[in-house]
Amino acid sequence: MDTILVVVEQREGQLNRVSWETITAGQAIAAQTGWTLEAAVVGSGVAAIAGEVAEKKVAKVYDVESARLEPYTPDAFAYALQVFLEKHPAKLVLMPHTYQVRDFVPKLATALQTTAISDVIGARYEGGKLLFTRQMFQGKFVADVSFAGSGPCFVTFQNGSFRADKVEAGAAPAPVETVNVEVPDGVVRNHPQEVFREAKQAVDLTQAEIIVSVGRGIKEQKNIDLAKQLADALGGELAASRPICDNGWLPMDRQVGSSGQTVAPKLYLALGISGAIQHIVGMKGSRSIVAINKDSEAPIFEIADVAVVGNLFDIVPPLIEEVKKAKG
Amino acid sequence: MKILVCLKQVPQKDAPLKLNDAGTWIREDVSYEVNEPDAFALEEALRQKEKHSGEVVVVTAGPARAMQVLREALAKGADRAIHLEDDAFVGLDAYNTARAIAAAIKDEKFDLIFTGLQSDDCGYAQTGVILAQILGLPHATIIMHIEKNAGGIRVKRELEAGFFQFVDMPLPAVLTIQSGINKLRYATLIGIKQAKTKPMRKVTLGEVQSAIGANLQKIEKLYAPQKSKHTEFLEGPPAEVAKKLVEKLKNELRVI
Repeated sequence: MDTILVVVEQREGQLNRVSWETITAGQAIAAQTGWTLEAAVVGSGVAAIAGEVAEKKVAKVYDVESARLEPYTPDAFAYALQVFLEKHPAKLVLMPHTYQVRDFVPKLATALQTTAISDVIGARYEGGKLLFTRQMFQGKFVADVSFAGSGPCFVTFQNGSFRADKVEAGAAPAPVETVNVEVPDGVVRNHPQEVFREAKQAVDLTQAEIIVSVGRGIKEQKNIDLAKQLADALGGELAASRPICDNGWLPMDRQVGSSGQTVAPKLYLALGISGAIQHIVGMKGSRSIVAINKDSEAPIFEIADVAVVGNLFDIVPPLIEEVKKAKG
Repeated sequence: MKILVCLKQVPQKDAPLKLNDAGTWIREDVSYEVNEPDAFALEEALRQKEKHSGEVVVVTAGPARAMQVLREALAKGADRAIHLEDDAFVGLDAYNTARAIAAAIKDEKFDLIFTGLQSDDCGYAQTGVILAQILGLPHATIIMHIEKNAGGIRVKRELEAGFFQFVDMPLPAVLTIQSGINKLRYATLIGIKQAKTKPMRKVTLGEVQSAIGANLQKIEKLYAPQKSKHTEFLEGPPAEVAKKLVEKLKNELRVI
């Protein structure tokens, strides 16, 4: 029987909740293929997480343990999972597409002389073949990708591609097997220090009901004020895509996206934002999305409820006036 | 410090893209530019060289057109370039691309190898890490700062949601560089002039063929995303569009 293995993510002993999305994906693929779904957690003293995962509808949970797995390093994680997978072969190995997974999975797949299909947003089983959908060209196109090797095939899923709240619970807890892996001296070459936050976040965008967000289309730092005026008129917060914060035009704590904040306001008004994947993952849960962009093919329009194709510098000034009028 | 920077040429950000007839790739008659994070990787290499002296070598795998990104890098201050030149390099998966680059540099010893953290076209976010594994080197990803110290280097990794982490690691090493790590420079006129005389080594597909294999992942079909959402497009002169939009915000979206 072919096996699908979901490797859940833990950081410093805490389960990353995005792992439930990956279990949901694994359950969906198992239902289509009839393959067995198993899960694994990798770390040091993470039996509690294995127990938590065993409550879900999975055939078995492995607790892959080594003292060298804490703190996280790509060397130890790739080594431990390689040893584990050589003993417990799987056809598919699924993980969330997090920064941690991006850090060690390409190494692990290469060590096993196989490949990782990364940042996948959907999966389907068609005519005996698994097809994985991933975005290409910054979301302007999507590709159906198949695996052409002998296995295992690693697949990493983009945040929000499957729903964590759809994960099925098991009828009874799944058995948990502890697998102790010895990570020899010399395997781990990096010495990670404590995780830290640069500065206290001054702005909590996650609490904002209205967000006006600017992207490259704003062109110059002095034009940020125009967006600020619109945000003020609407009573909302000002945010930005990564390049704007990289340029120092707005502080980093106003950044929305995978490396910034994840927001879900009532209104997300995107000005001159093309909609690169890294930005979209941070705001696609917004209740309504309005996008103004001069490029009619900008990927932001794929997820917008209301779209305006045009020059933001023509549209925003009258928009500010209309908003002020409407608010009286 | 001897530093290798891997550069990729990708379609320009706002270039309108069309699918090829087979629906497996884009039509290649578009404008190209250097992948943005790779530009930051090059800048970081030049800054490290200015601090510690040494050499900056740039490499790309792509058709004849990809030489442009090498020329620009030489004009900005890179010392020499390696061009794995063949149309076939465009279609390689990340594993094969890394294997081809590893084969092309097998006779060299670099202290550091930089790549951008991912490419704007394929977005695999893997080539640098795979290259590290093939070369047997330690790596760190999504790097925002690099400092040389007694034992090697201390790098600042970007984590999600505004978190960071310093990592100490030995040299040689492979780093994938995040956009925004530094401020990009422009090429000077004198730099552009000097670039023409700098060494450019060409590597043919044949020279690295034995190092690569069949792609392990295959793009079966490339297509425009199917919309899951109904999008209403507002049209008309700006004043009219502004009016329509505010009506929507007030009556339908109820945010005013």
